Amino acid sequence: MQRSLLIKQGRVIDPAQRMDTVADLLVRDGRVAMIAPSIQESADEVLVAAGLIVCPGLIDMHVHFREPGDEQSETIATGAAAAIAGGFTSVACMPNTNPAIDTREAAEFVYLQAGRARQARVYPVGAVTKARAGEELAEIGQLVEGGAVAFSDDGAPIASAEIMRRALQYTRMFDRAILNHPEVPELTQGGVMNEGIVSMRLGLPGMPRVAEEIMVARDILLAADTEGKLHLQHLSTAGSVELVRQAKKRGIRVTAEVCPHHLALTDEALTSFDSVYKVNPPLRTRRDVDALIEGLVDGTIDVIASDHAPHAPARKELELDRAPFGMIGLETMLGVCVRSLIEPGYLDWPKLIECFTVGPAQILGIDRGHLRPGVEADITIIDPDLEWTVDPEAFRSKSRNCPFAGWVLKGRAVHVFVAGELKHSLRPDAIRTNTGQLTTPL
Amino acid sequence: MATDLTGPAKASRAWTRRHLLDLEHLERWEIEAILDTAASFREVSARSRKKVPALQGKVVVNLFFEPSTRTRTSFSLAAKRLSADTIDFTVSASSMAKGETYIDTARNIEAMGIDIMVVRHQTPGAPHVLARTLNCSVVNAGDGAHEHPTQALLDVFTIRDIKGRIEGLTVALIGDIAHSRVARSNIWALTKLGAHVIVCGPPTLIPRSIAELGVEIAYSLDEILPRCDVLNVLRIQFERQRAGLFPSIQEYFALYGVTEERLKRAKDDVLLLAPGPINRGIELTPGVADGPQSAVLRQVTNGLAVRMAVLYLVSGGAPRPALVH
Amino acid sequence: MEAGNRQKNLVVLVPEHEFQSLIDFLADRTARLVSDPARTVVVGIRTRGVLLAKRLLEIWRAQLGWEMPLGAVDITLYRDDLDRGPRIPILKGTEIDFPIDDRLVLLVDDVLHTGRTVRAALDALSDLGRPLAVRLVVLVDRGGRELPIQPDAVALRVEAAPEERIEVHLRELDDEDAIVRRK
Repeated sequence: MQRSLLIKQGRVIDPAQRMDTVADLLVRDGRVAMIAPSIQESADEVLVAAGLIVCPGLIDMHVHFREPGDEQSETIATGAAAAIAGGFTSVACMPNTNPAIDTREAAEFVYLQAGRARQARVYPVGAVTKARAGEELAEIGQLVEGGAVAFSDDGAPIASAEIMRRALQYTRMFDRAILNHPEVPELTQGGVMNEGIVSMRLGLPGMPRVAEEIMVARDILLAADTEGKLHLQHLSTAGSVELVRQAKKRGIRVTAEVCPHHLALTDEALTSFDSVYKVNPPLRTRRDVDALIEGLVDGTIDVIASDHAPHAPARKELELDRAPFGMIGLETMLGVCVRSLIEPGYLDWPKLIECFTVGPAQILGIDRGHLRPGVEADITIIDPDLEWTVDPEAFRSKSRNCPFAGWVLKGRAVHVFVAGELKHSLRPDAIRTNTGQLTTPL
Repeated sequence: MATDLTGPAKASRAWTRRHLLDLEHLERWEIEAILDTAASFREVSARSRKKVPALQGKVVVNLFFEPSTRTRTSFSLAAKRLSADTIDFTVSASSMAKGETYIDTARNIEAMGIDIMVVRHQTPGAPHVLARTLNCSVVNAGDGAHEHPTQALLDVFTIRDIKGRIEGLTVALIGDIAHSRVARSNIWALTKLGAHVIVCGPPTLIPRSIAELGVEIAYSLDEILPRCDVLNVLRIQFERQRAGLFPSIQEYFALYGVTEERLKRAKDDVLLLAPGPINRGIELTPGVADGPQSAVLRQVTNGLAVRMAVLYLVSGGAPRPALVH
Repeated sequence: MEAGNRQKNLVVLVPEHEFQSLIDFLADRTARLVSDPARTVVVGIRTRGVLLAKRLLEIWRAQLGWEMPLGAVDITLYRDDLDRGPRIPILKGTEIDFPIDDRLVLLVDDVLHTGRTVRAALDALSDLGRPLAVRLVVLVDRGGRELPIQPDAVALRVEAAPEERIEVHLRELDDEDAIVRRK
């Protein structure tokens, strides 16, 4: 393994240190050694990153890796490889596997499989309730021992207010967050898309916005009541954004997340009747998209996460009402965000990277997402001008349920390091050893 | 029968669609072309030999994922009157459960050399997905709560036949608008042809956003009745009551049932339509269903002509099905 | 420019002032085919065949006192080239509201060319009943048959090359009565 790596003249963006400057970055023994305008020290390997963005390895705090139970859709290894290809060095995987991640052993299994894969770091999110049944709290303390970084019943909401309240209270002793999927199930039964003019035209059962907003409001009130650590997953409506904005103003400890597909697509996509657009929460309207973007701009929304939800092709070939919810996103998230947020001028690069680094790292309580000296060197190098066409057939993910096939996106991770080790490179010959020889990419 | 034998025999614009999937995306002239063609096909049904060779050598399959005797029979007979060979497949939910998708099923049937596939499915958009996937023509015979184009075309055809026009008429669609494919297709056809459409029923069965389609929403049948030229009475499905969308059948009948008593408030020449099987005594009293204003049986006869027209029109320009070896 | 070209390629075979005598001639020729006017019906092939049939009927009514029913046959559904190209919506179909069984049918069209139209019309007629006999009456026979079909009464025979079109213009549709050749 390499001893030292010098990344020269990249635009180093590290929101944790409020850093955005052209500089050299030295990695020694897998850790960040220093960042300085010009480092003269010789290194075993040198990467000239002029014109590229050098930032902390990106974090996606919301993915579904389907192992154990549905390995034909995704495994921890293929999911972790898809993450790396998309520029994400750390992911948090949701517990809705079969069986669920509701025991210490299940959480340790995730670390075991991720360690074998040697791709992205995979952090398990433990189930809030046993078997995610929404009835009894899971052994949260044991799960923390097993490495669970947060708790969620995602895939499903924590429907019972009583359970949610207990969970927020109980997790306070570990200072772990509850990540809730806000949706009142009675109001969305049978729904396949946003309720509105488009669902009416198509005759498809709708999922009203109010189903999400009622639970967002409930959770905010419970967070205020318990002083627990609440994180609201994948907000999709203008009303939800406003509720979180008001809660933050009142000093309630709540964070919120948004998914790239909710920024890039609207319910009009369903007029194709293509089940690839069936996702929960559903694609909403332009008005909601604008409100979500505003939420990102003013800091109401802290995190962008993919909700990467792989499904084997045969399952998405079912009728719209029988096909499962979900779309994959790890390998397109960065480019889709550039297109939806940076190109129109809503966010700049430091702000976008903040949503992928500091934001999720703080919620998950992990020492990632920054480039301070001494930290393990998880680094993503992005070519912000690289244009590429989305081809799901070329994905590392096992599944192909990507709504962005054929889109031309700008901006892509070109080199990805985990603990100083190169995991992925579109331009391996750009990395030279000090003898001028090429290294072999992994 | 028209006495003017010498008018132009042909429309100036050629029909180019290979599929009939919905009425939302048809232009007004296309809807009129179907109605005009249907009018000329009605003559065939009046002959002693009720057949023309227009689709000779073609194969029409009725692929029904949801049972429906009336629509399937009407399409079958329409295809036979055009001299096509017809096959019926009714695919039960149970046979689909073996892991085969509906797309697989349709692909397998298409491989038998099908020219036109008439599809009924309980899920909106299933015919649209098949039209994209298969090489044959696809005709939507009802997809969930989305559309039922041929039913609406025959409703409109019957109105035009009896009233002589569509433009300027006030047509009320009564009942479960939210879950009705017949309502949606009727709204598109009627508004495109210049009628004023009122949707009437309890608010739980009328999505508010429907107003954006240019229709009037009414909750009181008695209030709108005197203004209506046509009443199209939709079937109410009992499972909607079980789902709590209205309190009881009795209350529904009291508010929206079309009775002789209530009809006294309507225009003398009000025309009464009812698509599909009706629940006598719930949407309509038997006296009204069989009364002088009812065109229920005429709708069935006209349905045949409309479906002949649709099959005839979509059969043009369709590429031959790909040969599967 | 285009109108000029069209004029250049157009030769008038029968001008307006000679047209009526041609119709009279056809009426006379056709009348000779009829032995029992009470059991004779007239069917025009849409569209110009129907207009011509109407004119023949007017002549017979005035000169012979014959009253015969007139029907129209639309051959669209009987064409043998239906596989080719998009459908034209049918605005007016076959309208024959009288029995043709055991009647003499005078089948009238404007121009006889390949014989395919007449074949289709005969198929359509046979779906409506079993006539005693069918006689084919055409204003112009331009040759070029692809089927063994011959007229029983004809007013004008012209030799036309395959790429040429022989058109009968009628006042009701074209603002003039004429027969023209178009290249």
